Amino acid sequence: MKKLLLGTLLALAPLCADTIVIQNATVMTEGPKGIFKGSVVVRDGKIVDLGEKVMVPAGAIVIEAGGQYLIPGIIDCHSHIAGSGNINEGSVSVSSMVDIKDIINPDDIAIYRALAGGVTTANILHGSANSIGGQTLPLKMRWGKSAQELIFAGATPGIKFALGENPKRAGNPQGGGRGATGAIQVGRYPATRMGVEDVIREAFNDAKAYKAEWDAYDAKVAKGEHPIPPRKDLKLQALKEVLENKRYVHVHCYRADEILMMIRAADDNGFKVRTFQHVLEGYKVAKEIAEHGAGASTFSDWWGYKMEAIDAIPFNAALMTKKGVVVSLNSDDAELMRHLNTEAGKAMKYGGMNETEALAMVTINPAKQLGIDKTVGSIEVGKDADLVLYDGFPMSDFSKVQKVWIDGAQYFDRDKEVAAQAAKDAEKQQLLDKEKAAQRQPGTRRPQ
Amino acid sequence: MKKLLVLSFLWCACALAEAPSTVAIHNAKIVPVSGPVIAKGTVILKNGLIEAVGENVAVPPDAWVVDGEGMTVYPGLIDALSTVGMPGAAPATGGGGRGGRGAAAPAQVPVQAAPAERSWGPEDRPQTTSWLLAADELQAGDKRVETVRGGGVTTAVTFPTRGIFAGQGSVIDLVSGEKSAEMVLVPSVGQYISMGGGRGFGGGGGGGFPSSLMGIISYVRQLYLDASHYKLVKDAYAKEPRGMQRPEYDRALEGLMASQRFLLPANQLIEIDRMLRFGAELKTISPVEQQMIIYGAREAYRPEAAQLLKKANVPVLLSIHWPTPPARTADSDDSNDTLRTLIERDKAPSAPAVLQKAGVKFALYSDGAESPRDFQRAVKKAIDAGLAREDALRALTLSPAEIYGIADRVGSIEKGKIANIVVTKGEIFDDGTQIVMVFVDGKKYTPEAPPAGGRGGPATDDPGAGGNQ
Repeated sequence: MKKLLLGTLLALAPLCADTIVIQNATVMTEGPKGIFKGSVVVRDGKIVDLGEKVMVPAGAIVIEAGGQYLIPGIIDCHSHIAGSGNINEGSVSVSSMVDIKDIINPDDIAIYRALAGGVTTANILHGSANSIGGQTLPLKMRWGKSAQELIFAGATPGIKFALGENPKRAGNPQGGGRGATGAIQVGRYPATRMGVEDVIREAFNDAKAYKAEWDAYDAKVAKGEHPIPPRKDLKLQALKEVLENKRYVHVHCYRADEILMMIRAADDNGFKVRTFQHVLEGYKVAKEIAEHGAGASTFSDWWGYKMEAIDAIPFNAALMTKKGVVVSLNSDDAELMRHLNTEAGKAMKYGGMNETEALAMVTINPAKQLGIDKTVGSIEVGKDADLVLYDGFPMSDFSKVQKVWIDGAQYFDRDKEVAAQAAKDAEKQQLLDKEKAAQRQPGTRRPQ
Repeated sequence: MKKLLVLSFLWCACALAEAPSTVAIHNAKIVPVSGPVIAKGTVILKNGLIEAVGENVAVPPDAWVVDGEGMTVYPGLIDALSTVGMPGAAPATGGGGRGGRGAAAPAQVPVQAAPAERSWGPEDRPQTTSWLLAADELQAGDKRVETVRGGGVTTAVTFPTRGIFAGQGSVIDLVSGEKSAEMVLVPSVGQYISMGGGRGFGGGGGGGFPSSLMGIISYVRQLYLDASHYKLVKDAYAKEPRGMQRPEYDRALEGLMASQRFLLPANQLIEIDRMLRFGAELKTISPVEQQMIIYGAREAYRPEAAQLLKKANVPVLLSIHWPTPPARTADSDDSNDTLRTLIERDKAPSAPAVLQKAGVKFALYSDGAESPRDFQRAVKKAIDAGLAREDALRALTLSPAEIYGIADRVGSIEKGKIANIVVTKGEIFDDGTQIVMVFVDGKKYTPEAPPAGGRGGPATDDPGAGGNQ
């Protein structure tokens, strides 16, 4: 009996401590419950209840959100923030040995700024300098936590491929010929789109041979033999994981012809492209993309910044969606990342999408593309409590993010941020004054 | 014949400069570090070793006696990470100076990789000279030996620092001699790994792979994996060479496997976290037993960093090249100084005190602040920021000796240890203290008196270098 009592008490303890009710908000769930006015209940980092009327658990923190909008945390399928050092290992055409996971920088202020723009998850990609780039992974924007704690647990890691102008070196500092300083640089293959395709196909030839070598070894070990293992090659290991469907391929691309090339190369080698990134001419080959089963992550209306980005239209996202492609809108940029909500809103103007379809492109759709839609991307019972509260319609330019929760923990609060600013300014001024005083009297010691 | 004559002449000159075989420092205050302070006692040095130390030690009749009245005797200081004696290495180093937040690697000699062939991947062993031994490269005539010794440093752990796997460091005694071999205490104590990182780090200009921090990390990991595989194959071949293709000799891997320790750079908290994890991973891959050391540690003033280091139980070499503010005029623009930068400049010298309090094993190293004045002032800053003087002393004597496994021969004043001794007038690291004599291997050196009135200006105001991410 006593034991039972203790058990009940223990069960109650976290319930009281970690239960939040956000009430009277307009909830845009992006899930089966659609849009409603009501409450969402969060406990232990998960959404446990939602509806027009919910039971408010005793001891819960109640957030009155009348007149405000609650949406699922925004997911950016293409970002380069939160990394230390260069995000391109562009010295070689295949740099699949490098891994963004090794250089996660939880100190990057862009994380906090993204958070303030409602982003709770971002797919951190290697750059596009080479045909096969580095290993990538999604992070949650848990500002203040360590690198390891940012990692989206259980998410399938990815790898970046790139087609077109960047890997074939137009404007690539790793390129051949004479650099800006006049020094002769040793060129890097490839220099054409044909070469880009060749690099990818060659790499998978190597990867298949490598996989065969390891499979043979594993078979011998399974039989109880003790052979010397093959050399572990980090470059081919990542591609072996692609062949084994354990690693998603995210392909930077623009033109329709190279998108078709990539689909053929993937089909020939027995792997799938998970997402086409940028994919500005995707509307021309949307049927083929849908048939391959790839997602498309594009810009709302950003193009014309180079030749291969010329033939784009703002209807791209809507047209691909109509052909059955799962489409997301991404930022590829720390600044754009702060207003992906209005990027989604543009689809209502250009593609005639309704508000749910538009918002899906920065919430549930990128979640599907990253294979994390079982836990994030919509407001549903059982999903992670990654939530954003706006003071108005979330896709309006005039709305501001008020609060952001990840796993039920509050990581951004606009009022608190604004209130804390004065203290930070004062601290900074005090330190500056202290330094200047010390500089006026060189050699003076500080009091012990 | 003529050559022989010259040689023997040199030998004579050398012999003349030789110290007396027995020295007694009498009636001095002795700080042995390994034990309690002796208010008045005697230290006997004989044949380069400490013969005796204590309150009541008889002065041998053949000893040259130093009247130690009013003087203090300390163990010779150890610079735990140096480039002294290394050809072409500059004393002023990169990572200190302005407390820029971008700095990935701690202060170190900038990598000046020789015009090597462009590297196309880990197989080309880019920027790797893991087989290099500092002891083999040592230049006996390096003028820095005298400079550094003037600050009371008798021993340095000196490293090749160019490249990712730069080579193996050696413990050297700072004697001035003809032969560099005389200086060597331990030829190999560990592998210096640098992570220069980012743009321009051998990436452009035909330098090739790796050109980014993640590329460097992946290369280091691959080299360890290769060493592990190499060892397997080599062992199998040694067991039964018949019928087996012989494994190709790889000096990069041989050099790696010859290293008892590896030194990883980490300045910021996030780098400390990253490198502790990475080092732990490397230890699991490594085919040989290796200890991990973290160097740099500028943000060790943050208690979270000290906690991480304590938890991992990894020793730290802490740079005393404290970040300093830029020179300012009345109308200087301060807008570039972020709050974090300001906090860092303010707090950095408190790092040793924070590590001490957290119970982390650490040693201090000069990191370019190696002229006697810069060195003294940098250590004094740490003391002013809360580090007890005895802890500062330990971090420059017995602690580095323990970290490198040489506490059985240097680091304290004990019978049988090497006669590395500093004699001062005044407390060591104080502003007005004079270093009267320095004994290295029992040989006496008298440092030049510091220039008069040399107290103006910051000690190590190096605005250069800065970030490398």
